[in-house]
Amino acid sequence: MSEMVLNIISGIAYLILAPVIGGLLAGLDRKISARMQRRVGPPVLQPFYDFFKLWDKQPIAVNEAQRFYVFGFLLFVIISGLFFFTHGDILLVVFTLTMASVCFIVAAYSSNSPYSQVGAERELVQTMAYEPMLLLMALGFYLKCGSFSIDTILKAPSMNFIYMPGIFVGLSFILLIKFRKSPFDLSMSHEVHQELIRGVITEISGRTLAMIELAHWYENVFLLGFVYLFFAWSAPWSPALAVLMCLFTYFSDVLVDNCCSRVKWEQMLSSTWLVTLVAGFVNIMFLMYMR
Amino acid sequence: MSYIKKSPWLVHYDGSSCNGCDIEVLACLTPLYDVERFGIVNTGNPKHADIFLVTGGVNTQNLPVVKQIYEQMAEPKVVIAVGTCACSGGVFHDCYNMLGGMDKAIPVDVYVPGCAARPEAIIDGVVKGLAVLEEKQKALAVPVREKQALREKELEPEMAISKSQEAGK
Repeated sequence: MSEMVLNIISGIAYLILAPVIGGLLAGLDRKISARMQRRVGPPVLQPFYDFFKLWDKQPIAVNEAQRFYVFGFLLFVIISGLFFFTHGDILLVVFTLTMASVCFIVAAYSSNSPYSQVGAERELVQTMAYEPMLLLMALGFYLKCGSFSIDTILKAPSMNFIYMPGIFVGLSFILLIKFRKSPFDLSMSHEVHQELIRGVITEISGRTLAMIELAHWYENVFLLGFVYLFFAWSAPWSPALAVLMCLFTYFSDVLVDNCCSRVKWEQMLSSTWLVTLVAGFVNIMFLMYMR
Repeated sequence: MSYIKKSPWLVHYDGSSCNGCDIEVLACLTPLYDVERFGIVNTGNPKHADIFLVTGGVNTQNLPVVKQIYEQMAEPKVVIAVGTCACSGGVFHDCYNMLGGMDKAIPVDVYVPGCAARPEAIIDGVVKGLAVLEEKQKALAVPVREKQALREKELEPEMAISKSQEAGK
C-alpha cells in the first residue's frame, strides 16, 4: 500500500518538477554551448523567459487542428512520463512515446507549407531510426531482470549496465536524435535561423510553440530516466551514481552537438540501425544465451 | 513582469542594401558582440519573431515581400530599420524603382542610421525597440472599451477648452 502512495507521489513530483528541471537543463545546455564557442551566452533561465513570452503572443494558426495535435503531443509525452515515474511497464512507456511522436508528425503535416511537410518527413525518418533501439532496450531489461516492470528493474540485485553495455551505447546514440542534437538534428534543431532543419515547427507559433517546448522538457527528463535505469540497482547509494551518469550523458550530448556537423538523413538512418544491430542485437544475444 | 523584453527573437530581411549592413547585423551574433546574452535569437521564421530587422530601402520588387513578412509576424511586433538606406533610401533614393526608406512600406518603430550601421548602434537600436515592444504589449493587454475611456480622459482638457470657447461665443 505504502509503495502505491510513493508511486503516486513520484508521479505528481514528475508533473510539477519535470518542466522545471527540463527548462534548467535546456538553459544550462545553451550556456555551456555558448562557453564552448567562447561566448557569454544567455542567462540560465532563458528557456523560461522564452516560454512565457511565447505564451503571451498573439495566437496564429494556419490550421486550427494543429493546436489539437500539438496538445496531443504534450499529453502523450506527459502520460508516458507518468507511466515511467509511477514505476509502470517500460513497454507501455515506449509505445506511448511513439503515440506522442505520431501526434507531432501529424501536427506538422496539417499545414500545406513545404517546409512543414519536409520537416514532418524528416521527423518520420528520425522516428524510424530510433524506435528499434527503444524496443531492444525494453527487451534487454526484460531479459536481464525478468520483468518489464520498472519497479523490478530498479530492485535488480546488480547494476544493469554491466550486463547491457551495448544497449547503453545504442541508447546514448539515439538520445542524440531525441534531444535534437547534431549530428542528428534534422527536423527540429536548436539552432535557429534555418528553414529546413526547423521545418516541423515552421507553421507553429505563439502558445502552440510554447506547448512544444514544454513537451520537449518533459520528454528530456524522462528520457534521462532511461539512463537512470541502467545505473540504479538495489544498493542504497546507487541513485546518486545514476543521477550523476544522467548529467554526464546530457553533458556529453552537448559536447557532441558542438563538435559535429549535421549528417544527411540516409547517413542518420543507416548509422543508427547499424549501431542498433551491432551493439544492441549482440547484447541481446548475449543476454539470451550466455546468461 | 513582461518577458518579451528578455527574449526578443528577430527576423532579418535584406531589402535592397549593399550587404554592408547585413554583415554588421551578423557580426552582432559573433562571440565579440554575442547578442544571445540578451536572449536575442536570429530566427529565419517571421512567425516566431518579435522584431523585424530590415536593411536596405524598399523598391517595387521587394515591397510585397516586406509587407508579407510584416503581416506574418504575431503581435506585439516591432520594426527596426538598420542603415541609412532603410531609414531614407540612402544613396539609392533617386533610382527609378526606389520607393524610399522602409517606412514607405511598413510602420517603422526605430531608425538606426549609419553607412554601414555599427554593431554597437544596431544593438542599441534593438534595445530601444524593446521599450517599444513592451509598450505595445501593454497596449494590447488593455481591452478596447478601456482604451476608449482612456482616450476620452486624455482629451478632457481639450474638450473643456473648446466648450468654454463655444460658451464665449
